[in-house]
Amino acid sequence: MSDITPELVRHLASLARIDLKEDEVIRFTEQLALIVDSVAKISNAIDASTPSTSHPIAMSNVYRDDVVEPSLSQEQALSGAPDQAQGRFKVNAILDEE
Amino acid sequence: MSQDLTRKTASELAQLLATKEVSAVEVTKAHLDRIASVGDSVHSFLHHNNESALATAKQVDELRAAGEPLAELAGVPIAVKDNLTTTDAPTTAGSKMLEGWLPPYDATVVAKLRKAMLPILGKTNLDEFAMGSSTEFSAFGPSRNPWDLERIPGGSGGGSSSVVASFQAPLAIGSDTGGSIRFPAAVTGTVGIKPTYGAVSRYGLIALASSLDQIGPVTRNVLDAALLQDLIAGHDPHDSTSLPESLGSMADAARAGLQPGSLKGIKVGIIKQLTGAGFQAGVTTRFEESLKLMVEAGAELVEVDCPSFEYAIDAYYLILPAEASSNLAKFDSVRFGARTMPEGNPTIERVMAATREAGFGPEVKRRIILGTYALSSGSYDKFYGAALKVRTLIQRDFDAAFAKADVLVSPTAPTTAFKFGDKVADPLAMYLNDVATIPANLAGIPGISVPIGLAPEDNLPVGIQFLAPARQDAKLYHVGAALEGILENLWGKRMIDFANELKGI
Repeated sequence: MSDITPELVRHLASLARIDLKEDEVIRFTEQLALIVDSVAKISNAIDASTPSTSHPIAMSNVYRDDVVEPSLSQEQALSGAPDQAQGRFKVNAILDEE
Repeated sequence: MSQDLTRKTASELAQLLATKEVSAVEVTKAHLDRIASVGDSVHSFLHHNNESALATAKQVDELRAAGEPLAELAGVPIAVKDNLTTTDAPTTAGSKMLEGWLPPYDATVVAKLRKAMLPILGKTNLDEFAMGSSTEFSAFGPSRNPWDLERIPGGSGGGSSSVVASFQAPLAIGSDTGGSIRFPAAVTGTVGIKPTYGAVSRYGLIALASSLDQIGPVTRNVLDAALLQDLIAGHDPHDSTSLPESLGSMADAARAGLQPGSLKGIKVGIIKQLTGAGFQAGVTTRFEESLKLMVEAGAELVEVDCPSFEYAIDAYYLILPAEASSNLAKFDSVRFGARTMPEGNPTIERVMAATREAGFGPEVKRRIILGTYALSSGSYDKFYGAALKVRTLIQRDFDAAFAKADVLVSPTAPTTAFKFGDKVADPLAMYLNDVATIPANLAGIPGISVPIGLAPEDNLPVGIQFLAPARQDAKLYHVGAALEGILENLWGKRMIDFANELKGI
């Protein structure tokens, strides 16, 4: 059985920066428990000697020539921002009051 | 005339345009008329681009009249999945998070379509951020299956599949992370290809799972798909996973496949784990019939054993959420997309959490949380780490299978199109739709779904899937076109001609 509890789902949601509603916590706890129980059987397929594959077609040291190419203007880069000021992204306070 | 033009394949339209029997404006207008008459019933599009499509068509006609050289598909209309960025149309990925977002750059594939001057008719619907198999998880409502409007058109690319199946466009672009091109193709009687990982640039594709995602063609026949892959494929320095080498001409491969005797001596490997139990009876009937026809045409069948496929879905539903939880961290209420203000003191973290709560739908939240779990320190080795090892085993199974066969074969999907609501509340049941398509994404190899007739019990389309080794996409076009030609000879018509006129229109 999985270790998925409402407390764990709340914790994972806070790590993922999603302010879940309580009914979502309940529903996701049930659904994730089923999913995790189902996928857990993969540990039967492998042993310590099996190598990992992170990319299907491995390539390394992918470079391009170091030449300046056209890129976004500052105005274009800011064009989708919810808020901006003085040519920069504007965000809410980083620190809490206390 | 207008009605006839929407029934033509892309290659037929290209021919009519090249010989000036029709103009590109006429072709585009015919498709816009079709969209106007069936668009509301099928709900394939999230955004229409009528003006810019007509402007492109007009330009094609002017250049042709002036005798300028043009791309083969110039003037042939196309629809683009709404997870590819377009500077002249909002790009939402089916999410409230990006509602109304106008990207400041074009995806490489979109830039190639513009350069070849294909009129882009609009942006097609998808499950939110391409997470789903039915379009029921689109924030803007589902698309419908033209064969039966009460059924799903497949997902995530149900907008693109339903567009080509209902003659709103001869061509569409899709993206396939675990089957999002091939599953919709199977349930709508159309053709869909996931090319080899890296064959088509993903620059400007809103990433779901970066080690799995691939852009590919959605069409009504194999040759059209080949022409489209030839147009969109190729190395792109903006995508570091883009393959540097050319994979050759897919159109040549499809045309060779259409020649008599093209299947002689081809070894077709039936994947033991992807047949029999778990597949709907009518799916198996059509599948076995196609195999028999291929044998009669000279192909040789062998059975191949891929024991690790038993774990493919499990590995996929750890790798995908892990990568998605990381890719979707960019939706942070700062640089683009929505911002929702919480109650109380709005620090940036609270704004972020409120924005992501309001902006993401249920399947996206479920997968982000699952991915966060799979990557967390207590479960990394047991889940994500184990899934990466299973990925190696699946690649080894494919290597062994391709030592015995030129291409592998299975039904594309276990069932025909299901009804809305049947699986939406049961994630595990929904995930099973992709049982046959997921292994190709995990291994990076190409796969095609070709329609092979209707299941006798429900008269709905069935698809067959061929898989080839990495970089050998041409084999899929060769074999796919060969089988398509045999079936069309047998039926005396095209698969899509079995579809009824849309009900109530």
